[in-house]
Amino acid sequence: MLLIRCPYCEEERPELEFRNAGEAHIARSADMAATSDDDFEKFFFIRSNPKGIIYERWRHMHGCARFFNAVRDTVSDRFLLTYKAGEPKPAKLPGAAE
Amino acid sequence: MIATFRIPGAGRLKQAETARFSFDGQSYAGVEGETLASALLANGVHLVGRSFKYHRPRGFLSAGAEEPNALVEIKRDSARRTPNVRATVQELYDGLTAQSQNRWPSLAFDVSALGDIASPLLSAGFYYKTFMWPKSAWKNFYEPRIRAAAGLGVAPDQPDPDHYSARFAHCDVLVLGGGAAGIAAALAAAETGVRVILADEQADFGGSLRFESGARIDGQDGFAWAQGAVAALKAMDNVRVLSRATAFGYYAQNFVGLVERVSDHLQSPGRELPRERLWQVRAKRVVLATGAIERHMVFADNDRPGVMLASAARTYLNHFGVAVGRNVGVYTANDSAYAAAIDLKKAGVGVAAIVDLRDHPTGSVIDEARALGIEVNFGRAVIRAGGKLRVSSMTVQPKNGGGERTIPVDAILMSAGWTPSVHLFSQSRGKVAFNDETKRFVPGTYAQDCVSVGACNGTDGLSATIDEAYAAGAKAAKDAGVKNAGANTVKGIKPKVDASESWSRGMLGAAPGAGPDTTVKAFVDFQNDVTAKDIRQAVHEGMRSIEHVKRFTTNGMATDQGKTSNMHGLAIAAETLDKPIPQVGLTTFRAPYTPVTFGSIVGHARGPLFDPTRKTAIHPWAEPQGAVFEDVGQWKRAWYFPKAGEDMHAAVDRECVTVRKTAGLFDASTLGKIEVVGPDAAKFMELLYTNPWEKLEPGRCRYGIMLREDGFIYDDGVVGRLAADRFHVTTTTGGAPRVMNHMEDYLQTEFPHLNVWLTSTTEQWAVIAVQGPKSRDIIAPLVEGIDMSDGALPHMSVREGRICGVPTRLFRMSFTGERGFEVNVPADYGQAVWEALWAEGQKHGACAYGTETMHVLRAEKGYIIVGQDTDGTVTPGDAGLDWAVGKKKTDFVGIRGMARPDLVAKGRKQLVGLKTKDPKVVLEEGAQIVGDPKQAIPMTMIGHVTSSYWSENCGRSIALALVTGGRGRMGETLYVPMPNGTIEVEVTGMVFFDEKGERLNG
Ligand SMILES: [Zn+2]
Repeated sequence: MLLIRCPYCEEERPELEFRNAGEAHIARSADMAATSDDDFEKFFFIRSNPKGIIYERWRHMHGCARFFNAVRDTVSDRFLLTYKAGEPKPAKLPGAAE
Repeated sequence: MIATFRIPGAGRLKQAETARFSFDGQSYAGVEGETLASALLANGVHLVGRSFKYHRPRGFLSAGAEEPNALVEIKRDSARRTPNVRATVQELYDGLTAQSQNRWPSLAFDVSALGDIASPLLSAGFYYKTFMWPKSAWKNFYEPRIRAAAGLGVAPDQPDPDHYSARFAHCDVLVLGGGAAGIAAALAAAETGVRVILADEQADFGGSLRFESGARIDGQDGFAWAQGAVAALKAMDNVRVLSRATAFGYYAQNFVGLVERVSDHLQSPGRELPRERLWQVRAKRVVLATGAIERHMVFADNDRPGVMLASAARTYLNHFGVAVGRNVGVYTANDSAYAAAIDLKKAGVGVAAIVDLRDHPTGSVIDEARALGIEVNFGRAVIRAGGKLRVSSMTVQPKNGGGERTIPVDAILMSAGWTPSVHLFSQSRGKVAFNDETKRFVPGTYAQDCVSVGACNGTDGLSATIDEAYAAGAKAAKDAGVKNAGANTVKGIKPKVDASESWSRGMLGAAPGAGPDTTVKAFVDFQNDVTAKDIRQAVHEGMRSIEHVKRFTTNGMATDQGKTSNMHGLAIAAETLDKPIPQVGLTTFRAPYTPVTFGSIVGHARGPLFDPTRKTAIHPWAEPQGAVFEDVGQWKRAWYFPKAGEDMHAAVDRECVTVRKTAGLFDASTLGKIEVVGPDAAKFMELLYTNPWEKLEPGRCRYGIMLREDGFIYDDGVVGRLAADRFHVTTTTGGAPRVMNHMEDYLQTEFPHLNVWLTSTTEQWAVIAVQGPKSRDIIAPLVEGIDMSDGALPHMSVREGRICGVPTRLFRMSFTGERGFEVNVPADYGQAVWEALWAEGQKHGACAYGTETMHVLRAEKGYIIVGQDTDGTVTPGDAGLDWAVGKKKTDFVGIRGMARPDLVAKGRKQLVGLKTKDPKVVLEEGAQIVGDPKQAIPMTMIGHVTSSYWSENCGRSIALALVTGGRGRMGETLYVPMPNGTIEVEVTGMVFFDEKGERLNG
């Protein structure tokens, strides 16, 4: 069972308290109705599914109930960083040099 | 019966009480505290099982958890029959009843052992080859026969009456393995004051100190030292000591699962004791001190009962006081087996000869063996074991060929060397490295905050082991981040090793006795009956990766997971491939280390505790009324209320007619309810639902549709606007949690600028639907402060007031097509208000109705149920709900998805009504619909039935269906092919009753 740090509670809590909510940093267009078919496809259907670093959304379902973002290595399952929803993609990751 | 193989004065159980037990119906005496294996050996019983594939007679290979052969069934009563228990682990208690497995009619005479003769049919890959032709024979012939003949124990056929508990624990340092290394590490860590857990799978701590008679620590016998050290640890407040606790899984972030066997060793465990306890431990640092497992020698017929690991024979002698034979032979490729011969010889057991595969070994144990008069042969191999139900001889030959000599023996003790137990390390995702000099895989690259010490780390010798473990324990405590760790370490003194033994080296793979001969059975994996020949054959048939060899031969795939066989299998494959071992690779170690019961994983989460049961406030009224309940998610919902003599059909017909004739009361409390509040509440509703909300006046309601971004219907429900900034949203019963999640997601992440609060109020409100022409007459006398006239409270409106003196949100709405109300009251008043309404209803002849009638009545009106009439691929247009989509809106979730080319294309499936040509025929929900029943099979299916009922009000059956281009097919005849014939149907509109909707105000 993973330990995940909630950036709102500022605490590491067991995975059981959280729900994954898919890939992060996929912006919903401010003018949704005018989005082209191609852009809608990218927005709704296409996900990166990387082997390695993934930016994803989690919800502290059974805690503060807040959605937040996390950076996880899909190979090691290690969480490198978590940060609040709305914050930009971190420029630098801890331990990224490894 | 006198236990004839118990050696007076030997072992540590001299004072133990006698324990009587039975094996295969025969009574024996043993002593408490020994294992079933030890007790059987004390009685001279070696034959305890039959092998999986060939049904070969088998005895004990080991004295521990690695045992592949001696699996028995332990039976406490008819329900508590545990199959596949390792007799080498099961502790004896008075009255224990054990049975052998996988034999018929008896252990000594097993007809399936003929499989041994037919074994060419059962060679490597037999699963994939032999039974594949003809294909149908697999299912009808081969598989049932194999399952009957092979396999291990028989699963119990009654519910498990035992209970299992679970604990979560946190610690700074978790030490896994309670041998010399683990104890030393725990001592060092514990002395710093950090929280330590020390766990071992055995009943007694000490690990191999149980048999290593040459070990002396701090001036004492090694085992005695271990007992003293563990007693000291137990006395410390910061230490938890768990015995009989197997660490079976090492998961992410130092999360370790252990199963503690709490009462399997007790004669009559009290009901208060769980059978097992699952420990889920999160440790800052883990010290792995899991030791090493001895390997057997691979030679012909090395599976005969009486052929066992040298360390096992030493354990039986030195710990349990039992001799495994009277005249034993030893076959070895390392030093440690000499110690077994020496111990047995000193105890008065005859040692016929030591056969050492090595050419010129030297060392003190060899000298000592010779000094005791034991015959020692170098450069020779045991090429064959004699005997069948028990080994009777070993045949020795110089390893480079030459004359054979057969030596009578009643046991053969073997040692090919020791394999470090890297299972948990590997489970932690650490990478093992091959040490070419010692031919071992040892921990290489670590992936987690753990450290390996002692034999599992490839560290040889007790002194080096304790040095390493003690230092690692102190460092783990320090690394765990405890501030004062290390400050008071002075009080601890590192244990001093005065004497120990050397067990290094050995050999991997097949010994000369494994033959190139194709008929020889030199076992690599005992439990799965995999021989050296099978591994070679797998390579010859093209398997290159060890993972393929493993699956093709099933080597290492039995319940022992190849603890004794993996390295031999790998070495034989590497030799056959002519590649170095690391290039062939080691198979992955996976949890669990040893088999784990379902009970321990399930714990208390069974029966009524498996999943929460949700009951409404009105449930206590409905139950004594004789309601039949159905499960809807976690909810218990009243399904129908049968009167005496009524079946479901009759009850539902009566309820349906009564609602439309007078009125009915329905418990709608399970509806999901969400309070949407805030200055931007209407804006938020505009974005989350297809409908327009800004202009909805407070006090009015609207049927809302929620889409996902892809344009498909996600949920629906009636929404009441209580104030400019407050909406009372209802959702489907099953959809409530996900709708709340969906709303929160958008509010928090896409529309965080909106000033809105969302609160789930599902359980705060009890909801009583009163529907039917008399509904107002029933409610009105109980209501205060609300004008109930049609002008003041029209259809689709909501008012706040009081009913029966308690606050209510009174909705005028209908899911039946009748004049109707939904009375929301705080849940605590739900039952009382229901009872008051019920008393009023009785005056008018109203009935209580359940979910089935609710379904029929709504279907009569063509009202959809999301999730039944829609399936996640249905748009508002498909469902005929275009009117509910705000045409002037510029944004809402799903607005773009709805406009996708496929969703606006012609020929989509649309929701329509169906009437069977024969009104008495009720269609099956889910049935497929075709246009031409005479077409060839497979037919083109153009839709399916989503809802179907008998409608007593319509006097006929009714159905809803999704049909390709359905709304363009009105009046068309379609067909529903069923096993008993094809049913003709007519496509109709979705409203079957009161098409004009006049009854809403009736
Ligand atoms: Zn939180």
